Amino acid sequence: MGHFESPLREPLVNGNKTYKQITDDIVAGTTGPVGLLWLLATGVSGLVALFGVFCLVWTICYGIGTWGVNSTVGWAWDITNFVWWVGIGHAGTLISAILLLFRQKWRTGVNRAAEAMTIFAVICAGLFVMLHTGRPWDVFFILPYPNTRGPLWTNFNSPLLWDVFAISTYLTVSLLFWYTGLVPDFATIRDRAKLGSIRWKMYNFMCFGWVGSAKHWERWESLSLILAGLATPLVLSVHTIVSFDFATSIVAGWHTTILPPYFVAGAIFSGFAMVQTLMIVARKVMKLEDYITITHMESMNKVILLTGTMVGTAYLTELFVAWYSGSMIEQYAFANRAFGPYWWAYWIMMSCNLIFPQFFWVKKLRRSIYFTFFASIIVNIGMWFERFVIIVTSLHRDYLPSSWTSYSPTWVEIGIYVGTMGIFMTLFLLFSRFFPVVAIAEIKSILKVSGNQYRRDQMEEVKEEPAYQDADSRLTYKID
Amino acid sequence: MSTTKKYLVGMFDDDHTLLHAVDGAVKAGHKIDDVFTPFPVHGLEHKMGLRPTKIHTAGFVFGLTGLVIAFSLMAFASAINYPNNFGGKPLFALPAWIPIMFEITVLSASTGMVSVFYYLCNLYPGKQPKIIDARLTDDMFAITFDITKDSSLAAGFTDFLRHEGAVEVFEKEI
Repeated sequence: MGHFESPLREPLVNGNKTYKQITDDIVAGTTGPVGLLWLLATGVSGLVALFGVFCLVWTICYGIGTWGVNSTVGWAWDITNFVWWVGIGHAGTLISAILLLFRQKWRTGVNRAAEAMTIFAVICAGLFVMLHTGRPWDVFFILPYPNTRGPLWTNFNSPLLWDVFAISTYLTVSLLFWYTGLVPDFATIRDRAKLGSIRWKMYNFMCFGWVGSAKHWERWESLSLILAGLATPLVLSVHTIVSFDFATSIVAGWHTTILPPYFVAGAIFSGFAMVQTLMIVARKVMKLEDYITITHMESMNKVILLTGTMVGTAYLTELFVAWYSGSMIEQYAFANRAFGPYWWAYWIMMSCNLIFPQFFWVKKLRRSIYFTFFASIIVNIGMWFERFVIIVTSLHRDYLPSSWTSYSPTWVEIGIYVGTMGIFMTLFLLFSRFFPVVAIAEIKSILKVSGNQYRRDQMEEVKEEPAYQDADSRLTYKID
Repeated sequence: MSTTKKYLVGMFDDDHTLLHAVDGAVKAGHKIDDVFTPFPVHGLEHKMGLRPTKIHTAGFVFGLTGLVIAFSLMAFASAINYPNNFGGKPLFALPAWIPIMFEITVLSASTGMVSVFYYLCNLYPGKQPKIIDARLTDDMFAITFDITKDSSLAAGFTDFLRHEGAVEVFEKEI
């Protein structure tokens, strides 16, 4: 059951691949000698991660007094980093779920790696949530279970508890979605190994004994579609609930109804930027240029442009509403963001998120690898500052001027943040070595619609058809 | 250990030829045992006449269960078991519970459905699979006929498969 796609569309798989070549190209990433570059990168990220763990242990031993937070600025880098990581974790499931529902075929090239990234980012985010409670060994108190303290249940009316459920559901569902997609590809890797070897056994264990039976594929496709349907509102709900952490409070600058859509757009924006950063490096190092093409990058840049513009519009709307509200405190909160002691953070945010993505209106820049890489890093910096601006500048001058203060991070906070980047990179590098980085089965299923050679054949056929003569047959023309 | 069975395997190198062959087999009344493909081939399940999966029904039931559990737990905890006054807000605060009810619904539906999927497919870590041919997860497609009981069928099936464009036909006992 093929479907018609304009022959003018660019192919999503370059290089006239056959099914066998697709298998070989992607399995090659998991076989062969371990590269020096990979070892070096993993070593460095591992060390950074270890330093992060050291700072984490330091915090647990000496308490969050080792951080720069104080009674006015009670949330600072911890929550900034938490929201930043959760936001990054939004692209993966968006690509695999929402784009699956919208039948966007370009998702197949990047969905696997993006989903992996999602999971690793959410793990990093989870660390900050547990740590910011101050007593991470008591973190299980946030779960509702019958206990000897009353039983004193958790406060189900609190957005912070909603967050616990949202993040853990998101992590679980993303993990299930990702792993179920991986199962057939693990079987492909297994069958390329020598029967009975350790490698064969390892991948057979991971693929649950998959053999590719028609009935299994039918269930697998049905499962993927329904999981996508469930994950789509889930993605939107997660960052909505994260924004409720702020929006349902009465802090000036936080208490706004625009926050949920603004946060969701920002999350997708930063998530896609992180996918770009990683994929531009990965496609080069792992020689996946035929699968993750410039067309893929351009599509993602369009999403970045759209969501960046949404975020920018939200910034301006916020300013307008603060002025229009007539509330002195609300007006001051925004004036303080732009011209107060943290003005530089505000203007970094504005220029990185509102102004910079506008360059993507230019097609040449959307299709430039170097510019995209540069822009993706700028966006990630901008989005970190967005959260910093929202959290720290709103808190440091509250309703009571006598408690006004400032905030700067200590080495422990910086260490934990840098450490999570190390954890993230280490996990991603391990993934890229042992897992199929591109969804093999899914790429094969789009080959005959979006592969280079098929697209070319289709062009030839259309060219030969005299215009207007048999418009009806062309309308019903199918690839197979 | 499951019992060994004898299969006649027809290997195809193209999904369109395979679809055509499956169609032909169904029309000719040959009972296909299974079809193996390296990726989901659209329309195959219709051509084979497979019953559509009911996995989504399982998802719905699990989701509904999750929803009911989440609602009941919150209602029991906040309004009955330990009525705690949070700033004079109502104890039975249904709107505030909606986010958690939604999350638990999605969580139960997904975990339940994935479990049902692996259960129905009989896939689990450490399973020893019956691999017909290693190329079936690469670039080959196969139709298998069960000839355990009646080996005399093999000749007829072989002719049929050859006629339908199978690149290889062999018998396999696993």
